[in-house]
Amino acid sequence: MLRDITLGQYYQTDSIIHRLDPRVKISGTLLFLVSLFIVDNFIGYLIAALFLVMAIKLSRVPLKFIFKGMKAIYLLLLITMIFNLLLTPGTPIFTIWKIKITIEGIKTAVMMGVRLVFLITGSSIMTLTTTPNQLTDGLEKLLNPMKKLHVPVHEIAMMMSIALRFIPILLEETDKIMKAQMARGADFESGSLINRAKSLIPLLVPLFISAFRRANDLAMAMEARCYRGGEGRTKMKPLVYRKRDAIAYIVIAGYLVLCIVFGKILF
Amino acid sequence: MAIILDHINYIYDADTSMAHAALKDVSLQIPDGQFIGLIGHTGSGKSTLIQHMNGLVSPTSGAVYFDGKDINDPDFNKKDLRAKVGLVFQYPEHQLFEIDCFTDVCFGPKNLGLSKKEIELRAYEALKQVGLPDEYFYQSPFDLSGGQKRRVAIAGVIAMKPDVLILDEPTAGLDPKGRDEILGLIKNLHDTMGITVILVSHSMEDVADYVDRIIVMNKGEVAFDGEPKAVFSHYEELEAIGLAAPQVTYVMQELRKAGFPVDTEATTIMEAADEIMRIM
Ligand SMILES: Nc1ncnc2c1ncn2[C@@H]1O[C@H](COP(=O)(O)OP(=O)(O)O)[C@@H](O)[C@H]1O
Ligand SMILES: [Mg+2]
Repeated sequence: MLRDITLGQYYQTDSIIHRLDPRVKISGTLLFLVSLFIVDNFIGYLIAALFLVMAIKLSRVPLKFIFKGMKAIYLLLLITMIFNLLLTPGTPIFTIWKIKITIEGIKTAVMMGVRLVFLITGSSIMTLTTTPNQLTDGLEKLLNPMKKLHVPVHEIAMMMSIALRFIPILLEETDKIMKAQMARGADFESGSLINRAKSLIPLLVPLFISAFRRANDLAMAMEARCYRGGEGRTKMKPLVYRKRDAIAYIVIAGYLVLCIVFGKILF
Repeated sequence: MAIILDHINYIYDADTSMAHAALKDVSLQIPDGQFIGLIGHTGSGKSTLIQHMNGLVSPTSGAVYFDGKDINDPDFNKKDLRAKVGLVFQYPEHQLFEIDCFTDVCFGPKNLGLSKKEIELRAYEALKQVGLPDEYFYQSPFDLSGGQKRRVAIAGVIAMKPDVLILDEPTAGLDPKGRDEILGLIKNLHDTMGITVILVSHSMEDVADYVDRIIVMNKGEVAFDGEPKAVFSHYEELEAIGLAAPQVTYVMQELRKAGFPVDTEATTIMEAADEIMRIM
């Protein structure tokens, strides 16, 4: 039921992309997103597509999984494309009633569609191959320089990793509570909007009580182990760059150069 | 109102890298009025199995029949089924939500669309049946002890007057006294209401004194199914799958090995005592 939701889900398997340092993947994904907005011609998109295909192949995540995330944005994708198609001024190819379809319209619609799909695919590869804990670790390390500006980087990362850690637990809990109430004849799926909102009470009350209890237990457990924030705290598995990370950075840099040269300057 | 499970397979997270089979080719018949113990190690598939019986989970392959009808047919009314096959989950905290115990027990009957009078009558009866002291009726269920919470949770299900009552590890986390009280209560419900009861547990000792039939689950499969005596005679195999027969069985087997002509089929302490007296 609820567990089917793919929410930044991790796909467990062993691949070179899985083993990369999370910092590489975070900055790589960001740079990839930027590159999508740099390029504006066919060759540029072709390079981006090749780069994506290579990343997907290397990650060993089945295509089905990558496109699962696409379902969530497919409406957004459709609306974006239709608006661009209809509202871009330019040379009309044909006109139906008052609607003008222009060459520029088709071009931007396709471009926006491709961009969105690439954007989502690119970020899914990151979340599918990196555990939430690695992600927050990587983010903490990347944002470390901001500590100088008194940004509580460690605290933000800790909150993020706890929140991410609790998502599956609470989803599982929700599933169990729903089942327990359905066993007593509760109906979460039909009825008017007001009735449906009301029917959530038997679900939300136990869920909140359990969430507060868990939060309390966790705080106790952290305190019992003398947690006191990030000051002077070391890690059991500190992030260290390895050779493969250096290679990955070079590949990403190479990709960016190609994008700028072929996707922007030459043509 | 028999329940029939016909070659049930169930896979969690099918189509993912985490796919794993929780039930493998399980076939069972649950006739009316039996008191059944469903025993197995943690993770053996007990909870998954019982959720098939009231349609909360649909099998990956195979079929479940209630009263001769396939419960996973699109036009089968699952809400009616859930009133007839009552399922009490392991943790009362997952179901208690109302401001007081009485209102909470009313939730089930209310969902059946009964009249207010009938609802309150059933809730009152159910709370009486589980032996909750009157002074707790209008207290918050969250302030009760573990054992009392369990009673309210059970009342919440029997207020729907099910024909089959399934309880998932109702004794987990209780002290020995609370455990014996809950088990006695369940036995009493079975005897007075004449309903089928399936009691899930990971301890043979817990159920040996009460049930007519024991189903042993191991790694998603039915390992043994029969009368307690017959199942306990496999005590060595039971040990191999991480379960133990009641201590009485071991005592009797040891006596037998030591040359005393005792009948090793005694399963309760009383039976064993009588048997030992007999040969002396
Ligand atoms: N919601 C779930 N998602 C994935 N796997 C599950 C889920 N619930 C149970 N399992 C797995 O299915 C198997 C059987 O679990 P369960 O039926 O809860 O066993 P039991 O009740 O006997 O302890 C276990 O290996 C467990 O890890
Ligand atoms: Mg269980």
